Amino acid sequence: MLDYILTEEQKMMVDLAAQIAEEKIRPVRAELDEKQEFPHDLLAVFAESGLCGVYIDDAYGGMAGGTPIMNMVLVAEQISKGCAGIALAFAGSALGALPIIISGTEEQKKKYLSRVAEGEIAAFAITEPNAGSDAGGIQTTAVLDGDSYILNGTKQWITNGGEAGIYTVFAMTDRSKGARGASCFIVEKDTPGFSAGKKEDKLGIRASATRELIFQDCRVPAENLLGKPGSGFMTAMKTFDASRPGIGAQALGIATEALELSVQYARERKQFGKPIIANQGLQWMLADMAMQIEASRALIYAVARHIDSGAGRPTAYSAMSKTFASDVAMKVTVDAVQVFGGYGYMKEYPVEKLMRDAKITQIYEGTNQIQRDEIARALIKEAASKKK
Amino acid sequence: MNILVCIKQVPDTTEVRINPETNTLIRDGVDSIINPFDTYAIEEAVRIRERVGAGKVTVISMGPPQVESALREALSVGVDEAILLSDRAFAGADTWATSLTLATALKTLEFDLVLCGKQAIDGDTAQVGPGIACHLDLPQVCYVSKVREISKEKAVVERMMEDGTEVVEVQMPAVFTVVKDINEPRLPSLKGKMKAKKAEIKTLSAADIKANVEEIGLKGSPTSVNKIFSPPRRSGGEMLEYETAPEVAKNLVGKLKEMQLF
Repeated sequence: MLDYILTEEQKMMVDLAAQIAEEKIRPVRAELDEKQEFPHDLLAVFAESGLCGVYIDDAYGGMAGGTPIMNMVLVAEQISKGCAGIALAFAGSALGALPIIISGTEEQKKKYLSRVAEGEIAAFAITEPNAGSDAGGIQTTAVLDGDSYILNGTKQWITNGGEAGIYTVFAMTDRSKGARGASCFIVEKDTPGFSAGKKEDKLGIRASATRELIFQDCRVPAENLLGKPGSGFMTAMKTFDASRPGIGAQALGIATEALELSVQYARERKQFGKPIIANQGLQWMLADMAMQIEASRALIYAVARHIDSGAGRPTAYSAMSKTFASDVAMKVTVDAVQVFGGYGYMKEYPVEKLMRDAKITQIYEGTNQIQRDEIARALIKEAASKKK
Repeated sequence: MNILVCIKQVPDTTEVRINPETNTLIRDGVDSIINPFDTYAIEEAVRIRERVGAGKVTVISMGPPQVESALREALSVGVDEAILLSDRAFAGADTWATSLTLATALKTLEFDLVLCGKQAIDGDTAQVGPGIACHLDLPQVCYVSKVREISKEKAVVERMMEDGTEVVEVQMPAVFTVVKDINEPRLPSLKGKMKAKKAEIKTLSAADIKANVEEIGLKGSPTSVNKIFSPPRRSGGEMLEYETAPEVAKNLVGKLKEMQLF
């Protein structure tokens, strides 16, 4: 293992998350994937472990200790090694809580972050049928009426939808301003007028619940507005800056599991009277997998630390960590299925699931094409600023 | 209620390999863990404390300094204090001397209940728990699968027997050994792990517990292990292969008669 110079606390987080993955997640992952079942029984395990608070300030009941994003990344990696779908109960909550961490008032943080630290599930709701990569196309509206906002509209493909207690929801308070007219609201599960719609049937991350959210004259107290009216787009962008290394970590966990299983299988599987790992062609495949994975890890950890240090906007680097790691996870898991041969294609073996799970990491929280746009934009901006 | 849990650190394998030349355990490359049965005793102690709502749980172990890691692990799952009995004079103890040493240490502490795992997975004797009870002249209940009621005065517990469940009412203080059916041990929490890392572990020597050095360790052990060996794998055997089951049976009976076993 490369020494990434983790703190004692971070080593404990990694050990504990790895223990949970080994003892609680691995034994149930195939079944939850097959049945497309949300890991209800594991929520208490996560809550009692204290891991839900690793990215939340100590002042609100968490244990961030000044390195929230690095902690979040380390835990997401280990849990995702067990199951990337189950890991979303943790990582999807982080995404849902980040707008509160970034734009919340002291009161909002005290009220909601302490609940997330204790293990309550959160969800982030921006996507709509006509607003995916283009967040400016949001059609859900929020109209001020006395001391509350009235929300109307439908959100789509919301991770932890229907399972979460706390939602950060993006809606237009001024449609004439486009993206600059979006605002973010905290909505509690039992708010009248708010309901969860159909659960999606997905290719991968099947243990994660993905649902529609429906708002019909849903009255949300004005004090639940995060930041100022119209600041929602900025909140969302800052959230993605911090959350994308988490998707990278999810991809990293998937890829690491795929490599470990591949090495183990290649040592055991015998053909032509010798283990298949004795073939140099296969050894080189494994070596390539290992190199790409370690490069992912180094990039993700570096970006997470950069974010925690507060040293400037990390947008391009966050995009790099997510894109690189997810592309690696896709390649590595496809290769893992190849190493397993016919067995790899069968559901009885665990690698086809890894391949299905890996795909979403190239798509959500901004497709890898959108990420490359962000990276290129930063390159152009930097070059332009040097020109006199 | 103050509960003492006696634990043992053992090699992490149920298939302990033995060096045939030296007749000792091969420990190379084998991690050390808390004896799995003891983890149920730890969990039950923590649950009883949570149920009663007062008191503390102390783990105690006799062994070399590296046993500290097992004690810290116990501290990470809700145990309040840990004591290590470590002294060269304790070395080489059999189950008699081990239980006497633990009992001698326990006499210096205040407690209402002593919990042990039913046996250790390395020695498998199941003698140390009952031995502690005898040396302390306390009532003992072995193979406890459920604690129905418990107070400082008495407890009602279920014993798991081969042919059923026995319900026992016992006066306290007492010594229980527990089976794995009693609970499902919790995982540590992050806060628990951090607390365990910083916790101070009290180390007591033979002098600290006022043990008579003639009665403990190798000197105080009435039994000794003369030889350990892996029994040779059974070989031979004969498969009776015939077309039909009656034919197999007929030939089997014939063989047994021939061998004068039938």
